[in-house]
Amino acid sequence: MSIDVAESDTRTLVTRDGEEHVEVERRSGRAPMTPWERVRLVLAHITIYVAALLFMLPLVYAFFSALKPNGEMFAMPPSLFGSEIRWSNFAEVFEYGPFWTYIGNSLFTSVAGTLVVLVVSTTAGYAFGRLRWKGRDAVFVLFLATLMVPAEVLVIPMFQVMQWFGWVDTYQALIFPFAFGAFGTFLMRQFFRGIPYELEEAARVDGAGPVRTFLQIILPLSKSAVAVLAVFTFLSFWNSYLWPLIVTVDYNNLGTLPVGLASFSGLTGTRWDLQMAASIISMIPTTILVIALQKHLVKGIAMAGLGGR
Amino acid sequence: MTITNAPKRRSGSLAKVEARQALGFASPALVGLALFTIVPVVLSIVMSFFDWPTFGERTFNGGANYARLFEDPNFLPALRNTIVFTLLYVPLSVVFSLALAIGLGPRIRGRGALRVLFFIPVVTPMVANVLVWKMLLQPQGLFNGLAQTWFGVELPNFLADKNWAMIMVVVMSVWQGIGYNMLIFSAALEQLPESVMEAARIDGARGFRMTWSIMVPMISPAIFFATIMTMITSLQVFVQPQMLTGGGPGNATQPLVMWIYNQGFKFQDLGLAAAGAWILFALIITVTAIQFKAQKRWVHYEH
Repeated sequence: MSIDVAESDTRTLVTRDGEEHVEVERRSGRAPMTPWERVRLVLAHITIYVAALLFMLPLVYAFFSALKPNGEMFAMPPSLFGSEIRWSNFAEVFEYGPFWTYIGNSLFTSVAGTLVVLVVSTTAGYAFGRLRWKGRDAVFVLFLATLMVPAEVLVIPMFQVMQWFGWVDTYQALIFPFAFGAFGTFLMRQFFRGIPYELEEAARVDGAGPVRTFLQIILPLSKSAVAVLAVFTFLSFWNSYLWPLIVTVDYNNLGTLPVGLASFSGLTGTRWDLQMAASIISMIPTTILVIALQKHLVKGIAMAGLGGR
Repeated sequence: MTITNAPKRRSGSLAKVEARQALGFASPALVGLALFTIVPVVLSIVMSFFDWPTFGERTFNGGANYARLFEDPNFLPALRNTIVFTLLYVPLSVVFSLALAIGLGPRIRGRGALRVLFFIPVVTPMVANVLVWKMLLQPQGLFNGLAQTWFGVELPNFLADKNWAMIMVVVMSVWQGIGYNMLIFSAALEQLPESVMEAARIDGARGFRMTWSIMVPMISPAIFFATIMTMITSLQVFVQPQMLTGGGPGNATQPLVMWIYNQGFKFQDLGLAAAGAWILFALIITVTAIQFKAQKRWVHYEH
């Protein structure tokens, strides 16, 4: 697994249009390393790699535990390997509980929720960031104010609203209620505002209205920001626990992966081998996603975390 | 909030068309905001003043819910647990992730892969992380097993001892969340102007001095942001204690959100749960306001 977020001797500068200019630091301008600096660099490497090893120990140990026979989980002295390597534990997870259903539910609600968020955030971001209308800024401040309200304040009345809608134990309840948060709209608005106005001037002169401008100019220029929002939204849906726990009762049919995993661990009380196998299985998709999209992740954290510029 | 690249004012009719279309663009978000934020917020305030069982009669009871909060044997401990968790978790998380971000400097080989490694628990479903730690912390688990095998020391039963249980909830949470702040700090460090670093180097700043007197003040806005966000999320802690200790032993690790969840969905007392949720909201707002007040003392902005 050799991955580079930012190649070690370069700095990645992201410009407005999402293109990347790689600027090589002028290493040659620096004085050569003194012996003392060299020693320090080696020590820094050792420290970091030891820290990473310790950090990964729980996950590595969990993976090997998932391959042990159940009776040997807590054998003394602890060892990575049991008396045999049982790959069948992973298969047994799927026989023991409706695990495919959990994965399918999570996938469906996360993809659908992400699509809703993208449509809502980009259209609203465009209205707040590029169009002029009465009361625009006042409404936007109201949007931002809602960011202050924690989900916990919302879940109780939201559950009541779901009962009135007759949405308890439905996919709608898992997808819609938290797909209208102001965060995505805020992120898109910030990004859209940074796009130079001259770019759409020409289209406007040719008689393109806001709709065409939005679809043909603004959106194509914002691919990277949209991708970032998509990844973050997907992950937050995929990992959300409290709301699905509350709004679904029939876990066997509507449980998402986190909720399913929790109920699975209640179900399998003493089967630690299966619990570890199930935990490892649930880590695989997100880990692959992070490895595949790490460039966007770093960019996204920089964008979301540093004022969305 | 000024718009720098706004067009010149256009004629009335065009502006009207634009305003109409703008409303069209904003309408999905506005409808969603009304249905799924404004209605619930108002409803939440209303519910907190009612006896509001999940099923059955609802009666107005004035501020009785708020009074009942403080009579509830578990509420104040839950408030205390949330505050204790936050006070332990936030500094540990920020300091460790800052040290990591600085340690993973441009001269470290494989820093990209290492960053991904530290980020894995952040994106893993929390329940899976907790199950792994639950296994490690068993009396016969890895930690105790190693301690006994290597040092002949019998460690306490972490999850059954009320002080250790909270410490382990914190340790597990720090381990899980460290990657997120690390990436925020890494992004900030990568945007440091090379000229400033060069000037510091010429002035003889090296190693620790360079880190503490130059780098940390330069990225203090990012540290401020991360501290506030980490604080807000840690006041909302729920899954880790819920799955790791079940809030136990007793109510030693039951945080506020778990209390709210239990009142609303175990005991079907939605009114009381709503009142508790507003206390949580007040706590979050207060802490954030204090942070903003205090930032002038240590956050250094360029302009």
